[in-house]
Amino acid sequence: MRALLTRLYGTRGWTAIGVCIVLLCVAMPLANLVATPGSAFHVSDYFVTLAGKIMCYAMVAVALDLVWGYAGILSLGHGLFFALGGYAMGMYLMRSIGTDGHYQTELPDFMVFLDWKQLPWQWWNTDQFWWAMILVVAVPGLLAYAFGYFAFRSRIKGVYFSIITQALTYAAMLLFFRNETGFGGNNGFTDFKRIVGFAIARPETRMSLSILTGLALIATLLIARTIVTSRFGRVLTAIRDAESRVMFCGYDTSRYKLFVWTLSATLCGIAGALYVPQVGIINPSEMSPANSIEIAIWVAVGGRGTLIGAVLGAGLVNGAKSVFTVLMPEYWLYVLGLLFIVVTLYLPNGIVGWITEKIGWRGGDSRMASKVGIAGVRPQQTPPVAGETAR
Amino acid sequence: MKGDSHNLARRLRSFATFYFPLFTVSIAMSTKSIARRVVLLVLFACALGARGATAIDIGVVDALAFGDSDERSAAIAKLVDEADPRAIALLEALGSGDLQTAGKRVLIVKGKDAFDAVTGERVSPLPPVREDVVANNRVRREIAGALGVLKLLSTERAVRLGATKALALSSDDAPLPSVKKALERESDDEIKAILVSIIASAGLKSDIVEERIAAVRALEHSSNPQTRTLLVQLLEKKSDGTYAEPDEGVRGAASISLRTVENRLAWGERVGLVFASLSLGSVLLLAALGLAITYGLMGVINMAHGELMMIGAYATYVVQNAFKVYAPEWFAWYLVLAVPIAFVASALVGMVLERTVIRHLYGRPLETLLATWGISLLLIQGVRTLFGAQNVQVENPSWMSGGIAILSNVVLPWNRIFIVLFAALVLVAIWLLLTRTRLGLFVRGVTQNRPMASCVGVATARVDTLAFGVGSGIAGLGGCALSQIGNVGPDLGQSYIVDSFMVVVLGGVGQLAGTVYAALGLGFVNKLIESWSGAVVAKIAVLVFIIIFIQKRPQGLFAFKGRAQEA
Repeated sequence: MRALLTRLYGTRGWTAIGVCIVLLCVAMPLANLVATPGSAFHVSDYFVTLAGKIMCYAMVAVALDLVWGYAGILSLGHGLFFALGGYAMGMYLMRSIGTDGHYQTELPDFMVFLDWKQLPWQWWNTDQFWWAMILVVAVPGLLAYAFGYFAFRSRIKGVYFSIITQALTYAAMLLFFRNETGFGGNNGFTDFKRIVGFAIARPETRMSLSILTGLALIATLLIARTIVTSRFGRVLTAIRDAESRVMFCGYDTSRYKLFVWTLSATLCGIAGALYVPQVGIINPSEMSPANSIEIAIWVAVGGRGTLIGAVLGAGLVNGAKSVFTVLMPEYWLYVLGLLFIVVTLYLPNGIVGWITEKIGWRGGDSRMASKVGIAGVRPQQTPPVAGETAR
Repeated sequence: MKGDSHNLARRLRSFATFYFPLFTVSIAMSTKSIARRVVLLVLFACALGARGATAIDIGVVDALAFGDSDERSAAIAKLVDEADPRAIALLEALGSGDLQTAGKRVLIVKGKDAFDAVTGERVSPLPPVREDVVANNRVRREIAGALGVLKLLSTERAVRLGATKALALSSDDAPLPSVKKALERESDDEIKAILVSIIASAGLKSDIVEERIAAVRALEHSSNPQTRTLLVQLLEKKSDGTYAEPDEGVRGAASISLRTVENRLAWGERVGLVFASLSLGSVLLLAALGLAITYGLMGVINMAHGELMMIGAYATYVVQNAFKVYAPEWFAWYLVLAVPIAFVASALVGMVLERTVIRHLYGRPLETLLATWGISLLLIQGVRTLFGAQNVQVENPSWMSGGIAILSNVVLPWNRIFIVLFAALVLVAIWLLLTRTRLGLFVRGVTQNRPMASCVGVATARVDTLAFGVGSGIAGLGGCALSQIGNVGPDLGQSYIVDSFMVVVLGGVGQLAGTVYAALGLGFVNKLIESWSGAVVAKIAVLVFIIIFIQKRPQGLFAFKGRAQEA
């Protein structure tokens, strides 16, 4: 156990995690619920929800970093897994509205509106919290497993993989936009009233959800760290850097990729499930290709192949987004667009990589990341053209 | 009700005095359509003793303007009798309330102009004191009927065709005698066919079995979707188990005709489907051709490709506006200038991008993907800042609006036809560029073996820029074409980027032929599924199909033979 702990982080790292937990579980509730509004220590409800939301995003970023930064698989479909987890949670939340909805029936409002008489099969048992929790993990996990099984078996990689994951989330978005799919069409789910018996709008509930998200994020970080520092993680990194060689050494690379891919999707699902009760809405636009590609920029800004970089990137980009969309919404897309360009051109290893280079501070695994072009493609003189022949 | 029958009696009486011999026929008709029938009878009557008139009779005009309803009816009947084109204008004016009186004079007032109703001469200045002529509902109904008949006999083919089509589509009983009369005079085959089917539809209601059979047989030649409904109704069983059509012979003839009509309609639908898929395929082709160069040949993942199309569409918009302001008389031909400008605008943007961003990312496809995505965001927001977030209006030039009707249920719009042709033209141009020009040779050389091309003196960096510019310019051409059939807005490109990548990936990279087959194939499959299950399901099905297909053949439909190099 001790060996595992020291393997994950040094003393400094663990202290930092401890401080985070204290801040999260003690300081934030005190500042929000006890401190009177107006005092210097007061933290508003808006901030608590925002922090919770950004921590959900950070979980997704860590999940993507796991597959992109360590296994070289750039997914442009992680928003889909996130949204699926959110929808699973949303179904439970819709059912627990009970008869308090607009039409005061057991059926969710949108079904009454569509003149449906009974719940479709997808909604079976969704009034049970435990079943919803199973769905949160199982639906994204199974989809990712099935998709990954075929994709990795056919050795689809690189840009091809990215593009078909994008097509996947695009197709799913179109599917969920349909009313017939049974998930509320365009409007998705909203107007939630309570979660496991607690009123969802109360500050205490929001605070608990935010704390829960924070703990889930730390757990995600530790799980990911355990994986990347293990022997398994080393094989993953090797696959990222030279998949063929790993294969010729006798490793079944597709199994390694499949495991980390499925795990990553599951983590996204959990993040989505935590996200929905906090923001109070889930609709198909969460699955739009643009959302998924934005996740990639969080990771790229923070630094690929450094788990803490993903957390940092998600926090910075989304923090900036919150500020911009309030102060000058029309400039946000310029900033985001420039971020994509500047980071890929000038900060290939992200902020963490840049700090590591400048200060020589060695945190995380950035050694590996900085030596090799991250995406598993070493910079070459010639553009590798698919279909180029070796005659 | 009582007033109604009283009214009817008066009307009948007044007509009986004019056209007594026909009175007995008209009495058998329903109250509802009697006004129109009467008019038609009048027409029939005057056909018997046809006489020509060169000017509108002043008595008729006075009766229309100052008379009571009965006098007006008689006057309308007389106008129909004369079949004068000026009568159409007069009756339309009365129906729409444009007829005014100034003292004894009757004027047709159109905005600020006024014309004398009798002579047709322009009246200026307008007399200051005028009174509106108000037509009641009965007169209005009669006017509508009279206009329908007058237009059937009009000298202009388009007016006749419009009136015939309106008559064929209307659910009211057709004015048979006048239709027969019109058929006698008609020389145009298309109008003739419609008239025949109108008469046949009316004949179905006849009491004589032979007439019904004849009508059913005549309907066989119709290609009107309504005919199918008519025939199906004949063959239906009523709730008490008897057929709607009691005679078995008529039913037999009806089922034969029904089969023929359905066959013809099915053909129409098939032709429509093929054209729709060809049209969608060519749109996909235009979207994907540029990518076939930048991605397929150069290996650059350009997520901003859709936005380069958007730039082409906005360039078209700008050219259109410039024409509206500076050369409105040449407006119909603005596309001639818009096409090259769209190409140049997108090509310039593309070359700048290549020089500043993409060049530094060669060999790092995932980074290229992210950076070009960032570029696409910048371009979208830039266009929003310049032109606003709303869609802008791009008009079709006049020669591109409308369409050709091949069959009565299939109309091929001109703008779609032009896009199919345009796509073919662009395809040929690219093929020529790649195979017949020096630049094309260089592009292929650099693609196949960069160091070797460099060794023999090809400026590879410049070739990269130019090739990227050409690919981007073609995206601009695609955008120019799309502006003619769809909305032009900042999000235009976003909706095509997934599709166009799918086309290139499916077709196999480094291949024009593959791109063409993939675009047309996808268009066809998409439309085929769409005809069964709706557009969204079709789109999902196609995406899932591609995802599965790529699993099986990651190299695409048409890949180069040989061992692909491991990246």
